[in-house]
Order: sequence, then structure tokens, then C-alpha cells
Amino acid sequence: MDTEKHDTTAPSSNRRRFLVGSALSGTVPFLPHEAEARAPLAARPPGDAAPGFALHVNAHVYQVALDPRTTLLDALREHLDLTGVKKGCDHGQCGACTVLVEGRRELSCLSLAASMQGREVTTIEGLATPDGRLHPMQQAFMNHDAFQCGYCTPGQILSAIGCIREGHAGTPVDIREYMSGNLCRCAAYPNIVAAIEQARDQGEG
Amino acid sequence: MYDFAYHKPSSVADAVKLLAADPDAKAVSGGHTLLPALKHRLNKPSSLVDLSGIAEMRGVRREGNALIIGALTRHHEVANSEEVKSAIPALAYMAQHIGDQQVRNRGTLGGSVSNNDPAADYPAAVLGLGATIHTSKRKIAADDFFLGMFTTALEHDEILVAVEFPIPEKAGYAKMRNPASRYVMAGAFVSKGPKGVRVAINGAAACVFRQSEMEAALSSNWSADAVAGIKQPADDLNSDIHGSAEYRAHLVTVMAKRAVAAAG
Ligand SMILES: Cc1cc2nc3c(=O)[nH]c(=O)nc-3n(C[C@H](O)[C@H](O)[C@H](O)COP(=O)(O)OP(=O)(O)OC[C@H]3O[C@@H](n4cnc5c(N)ncnc54)[C@H](O)[C@@H]3O)c2cc1C
Ligand code: FES
Ligand code: FES
Repeated sequence: MDTEKHDTTAPSSNRRRFLVGSALSGTVPFLPHEAEARAPLAARPPGDAAPGFALHVNAHVYQVALDPRTTLLDALREHLDLTGVKKGCDHGQCGACTVLVEGRRELSCLSLAASMQGREVTTIEGLATPDGRLHPMQQAFMNHDAFQCGYCTPGQILSAIGCIREGHAGTPVDIREYMSGNLCRCAAYPNIVAAIEQARDQGEG
Repeated sequence: MYDFAYHKPSSVADAVKLLAADPDAKAVSGGHTLLPALKHRLNKPSSLVDLSGIAEMRGVRREGNALIIGALTRHHEVANSEEVKSAIPALAYMAQHIGDQQVRNRGTLGGSVSNNDPAADYPAAVLGLGATIHTSKRKIAADDFFLGMFTTALEHDEILVAVEFPIPEKAGYAKMRNPASRYVMAGAFVSKGPKGVRVAINGAAACVFRQSEMEAALSSNWSADAVAGIKQPADDLNSDIHGSAEYRAHLVTVMAKRAVAAAG
């Protein structure tokens, strides 16, 4: 019995270990369509902007050498292991990839990483204080259950911070209009609006 | 995306040199139109010339009775510029209603006007105000600039540097936007000023165009009623899953009325 049990559970526990291992090490499955984006540097035609450059993210400076086709989104997720930023559509439609660039919300899927040189990027990982205290907008999203699956949430939170900073969060109607670039398939919209109102009333943006 | 080399010049002259040296090079500003096209592999440039580091192409300034807006000026900057809001409020309103805030924070005047998407907003303002396009080699009147769907008078190695908008007495913009994509189904930018009375229609046809019958009616009587009875022929208008040509023809009159009312 014991042996039998061991035999049947072994493959699944191995699989679980594999998944945990890959999550911790930040590796991702090597999918065929990525082969092209990861072509060796030498295969690229030369440009005058060197392949090596600095990306400023969450107050850190990362020296990177990337294929010029790499978007800011892919640079953050695949190369800097900042996987809080999400890829929804990769075409500017959903807002899941929203980050703050120089304090303003922008879509990381439609910006080349190379064009970000010298510009300060903030991702969801950069919001909490070093001792782990959440940003008031993160806390407000938790207080109001402003998500279900959570996939759109990092983009919603960064966009919401931008929305308040711009002065576009005065009324629920304004919040809905100025958050229109962030879609939520779980339709947590009423709770997202309530969370933004809470953070706004605390003077946070 | 196909492979490309990446250049980031810091002057218009250097950017023009890079484009002239390579017939398959392409300029990029905000990238919010070009990057989706590259991802769909609709385009195969051998190199990208990123204009975003060229300081001389930024900003809003007033010169006499005109506003000169640099091609790299982003939609949110035009929407929030005190200079634009006081001189041509309809232009600030138009910029504030492009796409969503993330798009406005990155998309540029030059990218939008050079691209000439039939459903883009800026071409209506440029044609409706009778603006002048300043390029790296010449000045082009709006009437001679927009040639057809995604086609303009710009040559391959010619960069749109700024747009000069004459300040009108009155101007207004109204559009019906697609509820999902927010792109224009039909819109009208109307103005009365140094360039006469102008009515530019976007979203409805393959390219932005002037509605001359409405211009004549508004020249003798500037009021929403003057355009209310004018029917836009549906013949050459767009017909797609979002709306038939007849629906768009109807919208043209409704949007023109609203734009005149907004202009006051
Ligand atoms: C989700 C989404 C929604 C949108 N909604 C709207 C909308 O409602 N209304 C609207 O009008 N637009 C909309 N847009 C388009 C947006 O406004 C684009 O940013 C704009 O049309 C192009 O500007 P860009 O700076 O991004 O251009 P880019 O993508 O950088 O360039 C566009 C084209 O113009 C050329 N080009 C760029 N700059 C120059 C220059 N200075 N001189 C010569 N050629 C140049 C490029 O080679 C390219 O062919 C939307 C975009 C997205 C992603
Ligand atoms: S992933 Fe960028 S907008 Fe959807
Ligand atoms: S919480 Fe699931 S998509 Fe928004």
C-alpha cells in the first residue's frame, strides 16, 4: 500500500517542486515565440544607441543589454524579474501593464525599453516602504476588496495613483472616466472606485 | 516584431540624416501606433529612429496670432497647457478626449498627424483650424497635407517638427466615439477665424475632409441651425461592423451641430 501510494503521488509532488523551483528562481518556460526576441546580440544590426544601457526602476539602476525590440514590459518581467507588472493584451488595450514613468502612468507594453534611458520607472514592487508598509492605495484596494483574480490589480493601483495626482479623482464619474484605460475582467469596478475615493480622502496619490 | 537597429539622435538634422541614409528606416515618437503595427508584423523597418530625445521638437509657444506646438508634445501636455486652454480651448478639449489617460501621457501630436489614421482626432483639428505643418524641409498647409488613408505629403526623410495653429475667433469639436475602442465613428471640428469658416470631418471617411456645404452655410449664418438641414452623402463613407455609411452620414450632421454649439 505504502509503495503504491508513493508511486502515485511521486509525479505530482515532483511537478510541484518543479513549479516552486521555477517560481523562486524567476525562470520562465522557454516558449518558441520567444526564441526570436532572445536572438544573440551579435546577430543584430548595429545602431548608434549601444545595446547596453541603464534602466532606472524603483530607485535602483539596472545595467542591461537587451535586444532593441524588447519592450519595457518584457524588460521588467523577463530580465529584471519584476513580475508584478502584468501582460494582458500586449497592445495598449487593457492597462494591465501600467507603470509610472516620471510619476505619470504609461503603458509598458507600448514603450521600447531602450527609449526609457534616464527616465524613472515605478512598478508595483516599488510602492511599499522598505519595511513592508503598504502604500495607502494598496491598503485601500485591500480594504474595499477591489479585485477578484488580481490580474489587473497592479496596473489599477498604479493608474489610480496617477489619477489622483492628476486631480482626476474628484467624483465617481471622473474616476470612472479617467480610469477607463484599465480593464477588469472580474468587473471589480465599484470596489475600485470606492478604494480610490478612500485613498483620495487620505490625501494620497 | 522583426529585427531592427535602434537610433536615438538628439537633433532634427541628425534624425533626417539617419532616415535619408536608409530607405527602410522609420521614425518613432510615442510608439503607441507604430509598436502595435510592428508587433502585428505589418511593418518591417530595418532601423528605428527614436525622435523622443530631440529637445527642439517639444513644447507650446505663442507667436503673434498663432500657437506653435512641437511635434513631440504629448496629448496630455496640450490638454493641460494654459496657453492652449486660453487661446484655443477646443484644441485642449480635443487632446483631452483622445483614447485614455495612459495613451494621452505618451502619444504625440507629430505621431498622430503623420500617421493620419482616418479615426484619429488631431487631423480634424489641424484641417479644421487651417493649421500649417512645419517639417524639416518646408511648411505645408493643412489643405495640402492629408492625402488619403494613412497617407500624408511627408516624404520618407522628412520629419514633422511642429504645427502652427492660427488662433480662431471660435472653434468647437464634437465626436461620437466607439464605446469600446473610443476611436472616432464620426467627428467635426469647426472654426471661424483668420482662415475663414472651416468644417473638418474625421472618422467618417478614409481621410479627414472639409464639408464645404456646411462651411458655406456657416459663413452666412454661424449657428447650429444652419447646418442642421445639410445632409452628408453616404457614398464614400466608411462602412464596417461599428456602423454603416448611412449611420456615419447621419452622425456627420449631428456632430457638426454639436461642434458649432460647443464653439458658441
Ligand atoms: C489604446 C489606444 C487608444 C487610442 N485612442 C486614440 C483616439 O481615441 N484618438 C486618436 O486620435 N488616437 C488614439 N490613439 C493613437 C494615439 O493617439 C497615438 O499615440 C498617436 O496616434 C500616434 O502618436 P505616437 O507618438 O504614438 O506615434 P508613433 O507610434 O511613434 O508613430 C506613428 C507614425 O508616425 C510616424 N512619425 C511619428 N512621429 C513623426 C514625426 N515627428 N515626423 C514624421 N513621422 C513621424 C512614425 O514613423 C509612424 O509611422 C490610441 C492609441 C492606443 C494605443
Ligand atoms: S498589456 Fe499593455 S495595455 Fe494590455
Ligand atoms: S481582478 Fe480579475 S481582472 Fe481585475
